[in-house]
Amino acid sequence: MTDPPPSNRRESNERVRRRYASERRFQWYGRLAMLLGVAVLAFLVLTVFSSGYSAFVRHQIGVEVFFDTDALGITAQSPVEELEQAEYLLLLRKNLFKMFPKIRKRRDRKQLLGLISSNSGGELRDLVVSNPAVLGTKQTVWVTSSSNVDQILKGNAPREIAEKSRLLGDKQLKWMDSLADEGRLRKKFNPYFFTRGDSRAPEMAGIWGAILGSFWALMVCLLLSFPLGVAAAIYLEEFAPKNRWSELIEVNINNLAAVPSIIFGLLGLAVFLNFFGVPRGTPLVGGMVLSLMTLPTIIIACRSALKAVPPSIREGAMGMGASPMQVVLHHVFPLALPGTLTGVIIGLARALGETAPLLMIGMFAFVVDLPGGLLDSATALPVQIYLWAESSERGYVELTAAGIMVILSFMVVMNSIAMYFRKRFERRW
Amino acid sequence: MDSQTTNPLPSATELEPTVKIAAQQVSVYYGATAALQNVSIDIYQNQVTALIGPSGCGKSTFLRCINRMNDVIDGCRVEGKITLDGEDIYDPDLDVVQLRERVGMVFQKPNPFPKSIYDNVAYGPRIHGMANSRQELDEIVETSLRKAGLFDEVKDRLNDLGTGLSGGQQQRLCIARTISVNPEVILMDEPCSSLDPIATARIEGLIEELRQNYSIVIVTHSMQQAARVSQRTGFFHLGDLVEVGLTDDIFVNPADTRTQDYITGRFG
Repeated sequence: MTDPPPSNRRESNERVRRRYASERRFQWYGRLAMLLGVAVLAFLVLTVFSSGYSAFVRHQIGVEVFFDTDALGITAQSPVEELEQAEYLLLLRKNLFKMFPKIRKRRDRKQLLGLISSNSGGELRDLVVSNPAVLGTKQTVWVTSSSNVDQILKGNAPREIAEKSRLLGDKQLKWMDSLADEGRLRKKFNPYFFTRGDSRAPEMAGIWGAILGSFWALMVCLLLSFPLGVAAAIYLEEFAPKNRWSELIEVNINNLAAVPSIIFGLLGLAVFLNFFGVPRGTPLVGGMVLSLMTLPTIIIACRSALKAVPPSIREGAMGMGASPMQVVLHHVFPLALPGTLTGVIIGLARALGETAPLLMIGMFAFVVDLPGGLLDSATALPVQIYLWAESSERGYVELTAAGIMVILSFMVVMNSIAMYFRKRFERRW
Repeated sequence: MDSQTTNPLPSATELEPTVKIAAQQVSVYYGATAALQNVSIDIYQNQVTALIGPSGCGKSTFLRCINRMNDVIDGCRVEGKITLDGEDIYDPDLDVVQLRERVGMVFQKPNPFPKSIYDNVAYGPRIHGMANSRQELDEIVETSLRKAGLFDEVKDRLNDLGTGLSGGQQQRLCIARTISVNPEVILMDEPCSSLDPIATARIEGLIEELRQNYSIVIVTHSMQQAARVSQRTGFFHLGDLVEVGLTDDIFVNPADTRTQDYITGRFG
């Protein structure tokens, strides 16, 4: 080989330089895109976290309560039913008034009551029911403050503005401060958020009801879509004759995966609710509708996992005299299971975040009670977030953000499990 | 026939052997294209029959006809007649699973199941219900591994994955797996093509031993291998069985010029 002429080499060098430059440029595009993505994500997470973390704490007011047996009309020996029936809110009010003896006007007293949660009578009741020995004694009871107090103390609502547009009046602020000076105002972890259902009072509302609703719905969804999806995938991939019909079915399944979810909701409304008469707004029908959505995802994931099993495994098993069913059940499907499970979990994660179809089938109600089963009225996590976001009261803002945090953490957990399956079991042949 | 009963292990060239498999006028079509045309060949008991020929000549296709592995290929059609001990294997009443129990197959690429070595060998006996107890199964596994010349190498790690073995060991594991169900015929589709010369030599030695108990059909690209291991050889070319006969005759004294050209390396 002779050396190329100098001009040729110069051209070649020029080409190399250009190639390097374009490669560098391309890398920078990629880095930029990634940076942008990370920045947006960080911004999202930061916003949600900064406005949501305060929902995990609440303010409590320490009220001196004399558990007057005469006023309540019960004693420590009374049966639980009677304990539960007594007028605790009245008692709490009386004792609160006693702490502010100077407030005599009816209007002022009403304003004073605005400091404590309207549901705090229930807290007194729970205290007495769990420990009747307090009856007849004087105790400092920490009752939940009203959402307005809570929001102002947390700084979520402004304090230094005109009284008219403030959550609390001037007098209320003064009383609040005096309570704080006396050490009768404290900030504590908010267990209600994790243990209660929805409530008209933001300080009493919790996400647990929605978590349960989502859980039941997802269980139904899993139990329906996993066996159906896997069976369909196995049949289509391993047994169905490859003809125009099976192609048509395949195309349709792929299309189904892309159908807007509200359409599935309409289908559920028409078929499950109106035709079959499944109880409205229950996790049962919610799960059924969600499984319509997850089915195509699971079928596609399972089919591609089955396809990825090398034909040599099938041949080996067939050569050993395994019947087609044995080939699938003993060899092919076990190898495709991790991929299938990944698809199932991703499908379920999508179903968990789905709102639109649930609106159509009535899992959209204001549900205070915790759903105990498939046939209880329930709401789901994303719907609950939507409901809170729609509410006008200031206290629901932090609940909305906290709800988003909860649903995002469920997503992260589910996707991590899917990733674990993928990593742990991938390619064993 | 008398001589055969007195000598259960006839040396193929000396005695008139029994026909195990007879193929008559077998043609195979993939869709409209013919992969094999009018192949007629006899496979004898306790002999190694080698099928040689250039790539795409149809030798593997023919092999896969013998245990009906072509059934699963879409658009594949087999015409003609293949009998195993006089029984038509394409009889619609015949159960394919039973056929494959009698006609085992070893593939080109070692394809042990991604299970333990033990389970690989035990799989066949399990699905065919050949062992009534764990002990019996253990025995079958051990015997099969011994026959395949693998037992001493793996006896301490029977629970390790079969896919973790070396290529040659994997192929012997596949042979052990095949003979675990005690087939009558073993089909081998280029069993050494992905192995190094040492592993190849071991497999070839094994084939010679296995011949005592089984009838073997082996497809190979290596003419030296065909000459070393087989008693009879068939030469395929472009879907035709050009010539079949005793290995010694084919290699020393081929009747057809195409065979002559192939074995002298002029094409293929």
